[in-house]
Amino acid sequence: MKTPPAFDIDTLIDDPDTKIIVCCGSGGVGKTTTAAAVGVRAAERGRDVVVLTVDPARRLAQALGLTELDNTPRPVEGAEGELHAMMLDMKRTFDEIVEAHAEPDRAQQILANPFYQSLSSSLSGTQEYMAMEKLGQLHRSGAWDLIVVDTPPSRSALDFLDAPERMGRFLDGRLIKVLMAPAKAGGRFGMKVVTAGFGMFTSVITKVLGGQLIKDMQTFVLAFDTMFGGFRERADQTYKLLQAPGTAFLVVAAPERDALREASYFVERLAEERMPLAGLVVNRVHRSDASHLSAVRSEAAAETLEARGNHSLTTALLRLHAERMHVTARETRLRESFTSSHPKVPVATVGAMAEDVHDLEGLRSIAGDLAGEAGEPAA
Amino acid sequence: MHSLGTVPESDDSLARVRARDTDWDGVRLHVVTGKGGTGKTTVAASLALALAAGGRKVLLIEVEGRQGIAQLFDCPPLPYEERKVAVAPEGGDVYALAVDPEEAMLEYLEMFYNLRRAGKALTKLGLIDFATTIAPGLRDVLLTGKASEAVRRKDKKGRFIYDAVVMDAPPTGRISRFLNVNAEVAGLAKMGPIRHHADTVMKVIRSPETAVHFVTLLEEMPVQETVDGIADLRRIGLPVGGLMVNMVRPPILPEEDLRSALSGELDVEAIRLGIKAAGLEDNAAEIAQALASEARDHARRASLQERELASLADAEVPQYELPLLSDGMDLAGLYEFAEEFRKQGAA
Repeated sequence: MKTPPAFDIDTLIDDPDTKIIVCCGSGGVGKTTTAAAVGVRAAERGRDVVVLTVDPARRLAQALGLTELDNTPRPVEGAEGELHAMMLDMKRTFDEIVEAHAEPDRAQQILANPFYQSLSSSLSGTQEYMAMEKLGQLHRSGAWDLIVVDTPPSRSALDFLDAPERMGRFLDGRLIKVLMAPAKAGGRFGMKVVTAGFGMFTSVITKVLGGQLIKDMQTFVLAFDTMFGGFRERADQTYKLLQAPGTAFLVVAAPERDALREASYFVERLAEERMPLAGLVVNRVHRSDASHLSAVRSEAAAETLEARGNHSLTTALLRLHAERMHVTARETRLRESFTSSHPKVPVATVGAMAEDVHDLEGLRSIAGDLAGEAGEPAA
Repeated sequence: MHSLGTVPESDDSLARVRARDTDWDGVRLHVVTGKGGTGKTTVAASLALALAAGGRKVLLIEVEGRQGIAQLFDCPPLPYEERKVAVAPEGGDVYALAVDPEEAMLEYLEMFYNLRRAGKALTKLGLIDFATTIAPGLRDVLLTGKASEAVRRKDKKGRFIYDAVVMDAPPTGRISRFLNVNAEVAGLAKMGPIRHHADTVMKVIRSPETAVHFVTLLEEMPVQETVDGIADLRRIGLPVGGLMVNMVRPPILPEEDLRSALSGELDVEAIRLGIKAAGLEDNAAEIAQALASEARDHARRASLQERELASLADAEVPQYELPLLSDGMDLAGLYEFAEEFRKQGAA
């Protein structure tokens, strides 16, 4: 098989220059678990760590002592070393930005606007943007020696990188200028062209959506006006932070076609953006201690026993093993195909667990796996 | 509806398919949701195949703009246009459509106001993008609106164009908000055409013609989200459909062996003898140990599945089980799932 370079988590977390580790990947691949495991190990090895999670499973959250969505890092009980964890509250993070950037009256006006409420609570992309924002805040606070970030459970891993840009497009674009025009122009003739556009715009919108919408939209845009610059600037800063030398990306995937395809896209995108990739983590990889016993031989042995009519337990176990070897073979093929298109990307594999991870012990064992302590995967 | 490990009598179920006496008779809009990674798109596509079987015409709609259907059926990216993507078992057609909110908005403007050109101009200004992205609920009402339009669309003779519409909907965490368009646009428009449009859409979604199916795996987080999602839908009075339990691994070992495997009490010596008897002389002891440990994983997995199945059973909705395909999902897998749906009475 094509062997990728080995991924070395300990070198990464032991390096005092590593300040931020971003775990990204498509939904349902175990990003949160990976982030938490990296955090646990880094703390045990002497770093002062905060893990920023976005949407942890209930029991994993409990294991990290995260019972409330309160946007505050809390010490993780039972962890060795300095380990804190927090859960992102996206709406509150957004509200705080508004409160920090606008005069109190205006802030209240914005918070009450239906456009803002939709933007801050349900727009896909806001979560990504707020995760970035929170990361920037944690970094600027200087209180942490290492920040491990879990990214939102989006369909596409790329959303995390694209969200701020998309947001910027709305808050900073041509449309805003048009919307702002009537208010700013104050009836000056020079604004004729723009106001003509605006006129058509208002008439269509009024006709289709009703007059209330246009009023809300204008209030929203006017109220946001003073904040646009600040928004853009902060988004840019955080983006630069992601390109800085102290940042490392861990792309997380499951050994499935879709997840690895997303991982591929992400790896390519990181290269384009010149963002530092530490490696690919493939979770839930099936292994076997009897990997030298192939699916074919195992199945044949089961048939032999079946023909003899005894050893029914062994027969069933051989079948089980054959099935596992099938799965292992498919997973290996998928990983190989990733490696042939990205031969230089270090890969770590984490074994499939029979049950979900929901305590520190489980996280430690995953971290151990990441560090290669469990030996090489089967086949 | 059946539980883990039991399979319906095949002759019996074939008869049911012919008579079309299914669990969802009368349902014409099937909304399929599920947590990321549970196989929502795959399940929606195979349900569409199953519903189309036997000479019917079904539309499969995708709303998240990621061209999952095209990838699944191995065809070029879908335009904003209904295209035939597959032929169902025993004849029948599956059409697919990737709904784009901007296009849907333009279509809406044209259909109701004859404003296509103005719409184009507004697109250039970025307005349509803005409105469909952040105007509360507008995007959702456009997407669900397109689905309900397809459900109601008739030909000149007054017959429905599609026998059923299957929607690959947003994930479980967002589904109730997505479907409850009325409440969502309330902040936007208390009256006027958009409100009227939302009311019409809502009428379809609330009717017995609609069923919202949940795709889940037998794992902690997806099951929890499913249980929460079902409760949410019930609270707002939307029609909960079936539970599609995906990637189920039927237990290979008998109950008794599962229990011993779980407690680590399998007779390793007996296994070793079995292995020798099978002609695998080398390392028989080592293999026996490995097999026993694999059995333990399997038993843990099986007991986790049982536990999660029990929490799902509390929801009291029909359940369908789809097996884990050891070779992964492909086109053949879709047809296999479609067959499962028909056997189990979902279509």
